[in-house]
Amino acid sequence: MTDQQRPGIDPALWRGLTQSRTSRRGFLRAAGVGAGALSLSSILAACGTAGVSTSSAAANGVGSAEWWSQQPETKTLNYANWPYYIDTAHGKHPSIEQFQQSTGITVDYTEPINDNTSFFTKIRPDLQAGNYIGYDVIVLTNSDPPLSEMIGFGWAVPLDQSRMTNFYKYASPLVKDPAWDPGNIHTMAWQSGYTCIGYNTKYITEDITSIQSLFDPKYKGKIGMMGISTELGSAGLLAIGVDPAASTPDDWANAADKLTQQKPLVRSYYDQDYIKALKNEDIWISMVWSGDVFQAANYQGYDTLKAVIPEEGSMFWTDNQLIPVGVENPVAAMEFMDYVYEPPVQALIEDYNAYVCPVPAARSIIANQLKDPTVANSPTVFPDAQMVSRSKPYYQFKNSQDLDQWNSTFQPIYTG
Amino acid sequence: MEQHVPADLHGVEPPRRHTRLGRSASPYLLGAPAIVWLVVFFVVPLVTMLSLSIQTCDSITLACTLTWHFAEFPNLIGQYGDTFVRSLVYAGAATVAALVVAFPVTYWIAFRAKRKNFFLLMLLVPFFVSFVIRTTAWYTLLADNGAILTKLKILHLVPESFHVLATPLAVIGGLAYNYLPFTALPLYVALERIDRRVMEASHDLYATRRVAFTHVVLPLAVPGIFAAFLLTFVPAAGDYVNAAILGGTNTVMIGQVIQKKFLETADYPAASALSTVLLVLMLVGIAAYAKFLGSRTIEEYV
Repeated sequence: MTDQQRPGIDPALWRGLTQSRTSRRGFLRAAGVGAGALSLSSILAACGTAGVSTSSAAANGVGSAEWWSQQPETKTLNYANWPYYIDTAHGKHPSIEQFQQSTGITVDYTEPINDNTSFFTKIRPDLQAGNYIGYDVIVLTNSDPPLSEMIGFGWAVPLDQSRMTNFYKYASPLVKDPAWDPGNIHTMAWQSGYTCIGYNTKYITEDITSIQSLFDPKYKGKIGMMGISTELGSAGLLAIGVDPAASTPDDWANAADKLTQQKPLVRSYYDQDYIKALKNEDIWISMVWSGDVFQAANYQGYDTLKAVIPEEGSMFWTDNQLIPVGVENPVAAMEFMDYVYEPPVQALIEDYNAYVCPVPAARSIIANQLKDPTVANSPTVFPDAQMVSRSKPYYQFKNSQDLDQWNSTFQPIYTG
Repeated sequence: MEQHVPADLHGVEPPRRHTRLGRSASPYLLGAPAIVWLVVFFVVPLVTMLSLSIQTCDSITLACTLTWHFAEFPNLIGQYGDTFVRSLVYAGAATVAALVVAFPVTYWIAFRAKRKNFFLLMLLVPFFVSFVIRTTAWYTLLADNGAILTKLKILHLVPESFHVLATPLAVIGGLAYNYLPFTALPLYVALERIDRRVMEASHDLYATRRVAFTHVVLPLAVPGIFAAFLLTFVPAAGDYVNAAILGGTNTVMIGQVIQKKFLETADYPAASALSTVLLVLMLVGIAAYAKFLGSRTIEEYV
């Protein structure tokens, strides 16, 4: 039987079945690399990335009331969070155990997120293709660009506001209707925290009250700073007396000068290892995240470590739970995100991680039922009015040029 | 003598093993897995990297277009020239240190040891543990108030302010330690295959032990030293883990910069351009090194 006699198959369909359809870009790439027949220019051009097409979740109806009404109640949940962020006892998480028992939903809680940008870089191709990234909830910080990018590109599913009863009943004003997500359309906070000053009272006997102590020559070689563009830049701005949220590129240049002058005093620019260096007494004073120092001082025996919010204020960030597009278990995701706002549940979580609690009502439970006055009375866990007034919001990047300028101002300091 | 052929095979054609096509294609077929591997995991990424280095990308949407923007290269070389030099110096120092440590050990195993495989295994066993964990272990050991320095300070062997971490010494030491197997194995292979009769001959000709070593063993070990140098120096120059964990403010290596640019700020063109510069530096360096040692050695042993 020859090809001409092959019955019943349309030639176009046959071609479609036996050949994969290649886009022009894909064809150029394959041909260019494989045969070497094309000009250098076209080979190189074929390697470009397409960038983001404006395919927002909302435009496809994802996250609308109608969409939510069609979502089935699944019995699994894949949750991605940062390490050391949920109550842990004997290798288990009591708050999750309770949730599993009361709802029948199996939670696969994992801790793959170590920093916003590199985690986002990894999940980005799947988000762009609309695939399931393997997680129904992820947690991103408002201080770094990925959170606003996720929302801006339409990769964060608008939440089902009818399933946020605990949130609206118990959430602190600090995390309700935040600047980075007005109306909590896409996010609910997990925890907040301060990027403040941590120091070892064994070596530093004076009371640290000012961010200028990080620039004090008498601590030369014992100072730690963060090698993270947004954090380091914001610290520099606070040190020159500028409110980061209202800063201008001129301020950034001045802050960078201040930080460059400080460089000979600095032992190292850390990502997260500053806490190890503080515990080892390799550094005496450092930029820190409040909860890290609290955990080290109160639960791990490093009781000479102390975290303070200086009079210039400290950067206040919030880690936000959100549902990425391509989600497979959206209803379970909503249930769990709202569940952590039940005060007794939040009390368990808060008592472990000791960051800034999004549920003020958890305080009395921690004090009276969990009997942990250290956490309940900590001003960095339940901020008082003075702490709230010292909480500084981050600069919001206007566009990619803005972001590039910030990064090219501050990144050379710790990569030079 | 005439060969006896069984009668029943007379008039039967010998079996055809291969078609002409199959025979001429066989080298390519045998090479196919390697070729596919190289194309997919080397050529495509390499061309992508070269291409990205002359593209312009939007740092938020990541839309990249080919703009032939070569201006990034002189800017980056100006900005990170010191970092490149530092990386090459650290990698060179680490390689020399690793060679100094590895040579006597591998010499002993190759020439003197009775249970060669056992000792070779002993040399490698520590490296079965994860790279990052071993480096972090050094961090703990070398801490300012850690197990080692505290004792030295109590004995007043070093001043109170002495520290190892966050200095070039820590980074070079970490590199030398972590890449030791890549130095030791090629050295061992070269030393092991030196013909013992050549050694005996040199002694018969009244060579002292020292002369035998410098005139016989060392020249014959050169290919091994060369391979060891390449396998240690090249990855060490691009390494970022050691400098990130053991280093400090003034020990930043180029691998850290590339990592930050790729992952922290998604500045793909700059990261690719820096990688390209590193690649070119390596190729030029290796070519110069090969010329110095002679191309025959390269062909034979690399």
